[in-house]
Amino acid sequence: MRVSRFLPLLAFSMLAALLYKGLSIDPTELPAARLGQPFPEFIKIDLKSGREITTDAMMRRPALVNVWATWCYSCRLEHPYLLRLAQQGVPIYGLNYKDDPDKALGWLEQLGDPYQLNIVDIEGSLGLDLGVYGAPETYVIGADGRILHRHVGVLDETVFSRDFSRWFPNKASVSGGAIDEGSG
Amino acid sequence: MIPELGHVALIIAFMLASGLAVLPMWGSARRDVAMMNLAPTLAVGVMLFVALAFAFLATSFLQDDFTVAVVAANSNSLLPPIFKFSALWGNHEGSLLLWVLILSGWMTAVAFFSRGLPLVMVARVLSVMGMIAVGFLAFSLLTSNPFERLLPTTPLDGNDLNPLLQDPGLIIHPPLLYMGYVGLSVPFAFAIAALIGGRLDASWARWSRPWTNVAWGFLSLGIMLGSWWAYYELGWGGWWFWDPVENASFMPWLMGTALVHSLAVTEKRGVFRSWTVLLAIFAFSLSLLGTFLVRSGVLTSVHAFASDPERGLFILIFLALVVGASLLLYALRAPAVASRVSYGPVSRESLLMINNLVFTVAATVVLLGTLFPLVMDAFSLGKYSVGPPYFNAVFVPLMALVTPFMTVAPLSRWREDSAARWLHELVVPAIGVGVIAAASSFMGQQGFNIWIGLAVLLAGWVSLGVVKDFLRRVKGKGQGPFRWRALSPSFIGMSLAHLGFAAVVLGAVVVTQENQERDLRMAVGDSEELGGYRFELKRLGQLAGPNYVAEQAVFEVSRAGELLAVLVPEKRRYLASGQVMTEAAIDASLWRDLYIALGEPIGEGAWAVRLQYKPLVRWLWLGALMIGLGAIVTVFDRRYRAQAQTRSMIEHGVVGLAS
Repeated sequence: MRVSRFLPLLAFSMLAALLYKGLSIDPTELPAARLGQPFPEFIKIDLKSGREITTDAMMRRPALVNVWATWCYSCRLEHPYLLRLAQQGVPIYGLNYKDDPDKALGWLEQLGDPYQLNIVDIEGSLGLDLGVYGAPETYVIGADGRILHRHVGVLDETVFSRDFSRWFPNKASVSGGAIDEGSG
Repeated sequence: MIPELGHVALIIAFMLASGLAVLPMWGSARRDVAMMNLAPTLAVGVMLFVALAFAFLATSFLQDDFTVAVVAANSNSLLPPIFKFSALWGNHEGSLLLWVLILSGWMTAVAFFSRGLPLVMVARVLSVMGMIAVGFLAFSLLTSNPFERLLPTTPLDGNDLNPLLQDPGLIIHPPLLYMGYVGLSVPFAFAIAALIGGRLDASWARWSRPWTNVAWGFLSLGIMLGSWWAYYELGWGGWWFWDPVENASFMPWLMGTALVHSLAVTEKRGVFRSWTVLLAIFAFSLSLLGTFLVRSGVLTSVHAFASDPERGLFILIFLALVVGASLLLYALRAPAVASRVSYGPVSRESLLMINNLVFTVAATVVLLGTLFPLVMDAFSLGKYSVGPPYFNAVFVPLMALVTPFMTVAPLSRWREDSAARWLHELVVPAIGVGVIAAASSFMGQQGFNIWIGLAVLLAGWVSLGVVKDFLRRVKGKGQGPFRWRALSPSFIGMSLAHLGFAAVVLGAVVVTQENQERDLRMAVGDSEELGGYRFELKRLGQLAGPNYVAEQAVFEVSRAGELLAVLVPEKRRYLASGQVMTEAAIDASLWRDLYIALGEPIGEGAWAVRLQYKPLVRWLWLGALMIGLGAIVTVFDRRYRAQAQTRSMIEHGVVGLAS
């Protein structure tokens, strides 16, 4: 019997411990420290206008910040719903995460543009400050620029009316109506 | 009544599986022939009762019995019957039942085709598979009962199947994929049985080889179908996303690729034995890990099933038991003495070792990339996502590295060969391939492209090896069709798979490099040129499907004034869920696909439209099809069914048992 024969077992034990730890973590959960904190400071370029924008551009009223990219295909599933929300008057800021701006522009042209403006985050530095897990992700920020809520994964009517509607009260009833119409 | 009958059938299957897990194994330890003889009967029994449970659940789906929770959550009365049936495995509970059904199917196949094997081997193999079945049946019964009722609050109609899954590709993709995933339990069970018996030899490798090839072949086909489905159904034209769930099926495939080749060395030469056993354990462990990742919710993915921590914990404990026990057994029982058979540094053994190293490393880097977000999260280092850039950066060079050896390996000699001989045989054709490759790097529509040249070089080089090998084998075997008899199914299968690999390489590189796409606004009467084709939007229309309404756009595609195809992309809205889906329209051919997807209506009768020209994209799936079929063809090789030989092995086995 040789000690090296136990190496696979050892490696697997470490993996199993990691997976066990993974079970107790919710990957969709915002690190508690960031809730209630101000949205990270940034100076970036707006996708469509090419202008420089800073954190101040997103203040004044409760809004959604949607993390998206053309390489993310769940974003594509989510997109029609964002358009609907935008039509209902919910302000949405885009964070175009680790993406190619040309492709991103083509996407907005083809699928429609629900965003007030789009922060171009090519290297993902803002995403890192924000603690982005992957795309899509949607944050609620308050009128004072604080992060109020985070949702990881596709945003749809069910999620919106459950977790988001309290910040957008009159919009919720519209989207709630849409659910009834859909399932009825 | 029907769901309850299904539940009872599942419980009986669980009890039979428990018997299978314990009795034959115990019998093999006590040398009790009667107990060992129970194994095949119990295996068939498990299969029958799982199939019964499956049939009852299918009946509930087809009869729209919305008192059953999974039916209410995943089906709808408007759904076409075929999708009502496939909705069965479009959810966690039902797909788990399919998993167990396929596992019991493999057990039955082993029981049926292994009559020539030593009884003790059959008993142990089936018993190990019985243990796996016990785990998954318990998982189903305790945490994910598919027959749970929604009483008394029964909905009038169901929630509907996710429109993405309402597609013919998704009817057969999961069963094929599971055939592969679960099929890897057979080489695993053979490896464990061999470790228990202490007999890791060429005959063990020969017994498990056909099973491994078939399982790996099905896995290839399953992955291919998934990729193809994503391509046409997601309306985007992408064919691989490095999504955690895709990776979950790809890791066992990569490890399985190493295993398939390593088994060849062990069978032919008796070397790499410990390594082969380890690969067999790893390949199935990765299957189980994939199941864990998909169903536990530790990673986020669109594919992932609705999950809860309780289920995750159950699979994790099961995973720890199965893999932990296997690796402990390996540590204690793997042959400690290095094999006496030797081989030179330049030999077929060494070349296959390179294959093994590269594919094991590839599986490991995919595993690391998939688990990296989890690792960082676990150590509170932040939350990360690993995107396609990482995977492409590590995976593509690895494949480029292994490809050159694929030509030489089938032509090389076991034990001792010389590089000078390879050079002598291959230098002239290699120059030919080089010239063609150099020329083809100028052939794209967008001018010179070095990557196309490299892809043609690699693919041509692999094909060259296959052709060389073919010529060598038919040489001097007479004239006419009789010469073909000299080709064994093993050789045909291997060549087909290697050519398929070359096709995948070529297709992947060409479509990535030469893809042309344009997003634009089009109204009736507008036309656009792309890739030498003219796309004209002729008219818009509406259509009512069985459970959706759709907007249609009719395009005429022409080249040099000649009408080639009429393509009708759709935008569907599904009635039950209100979900909007893009149905792309594709004109497919061997050399290129033309792909049209509708975006959003943007006013004044105009639509946002995406046009794509995708050269050689079919080669990806055609290649993967060749890989899968090639693997499956090999089992028709005569040496796997030589009766006289197995007879002597039975005696050998009995001797082995007594000693």
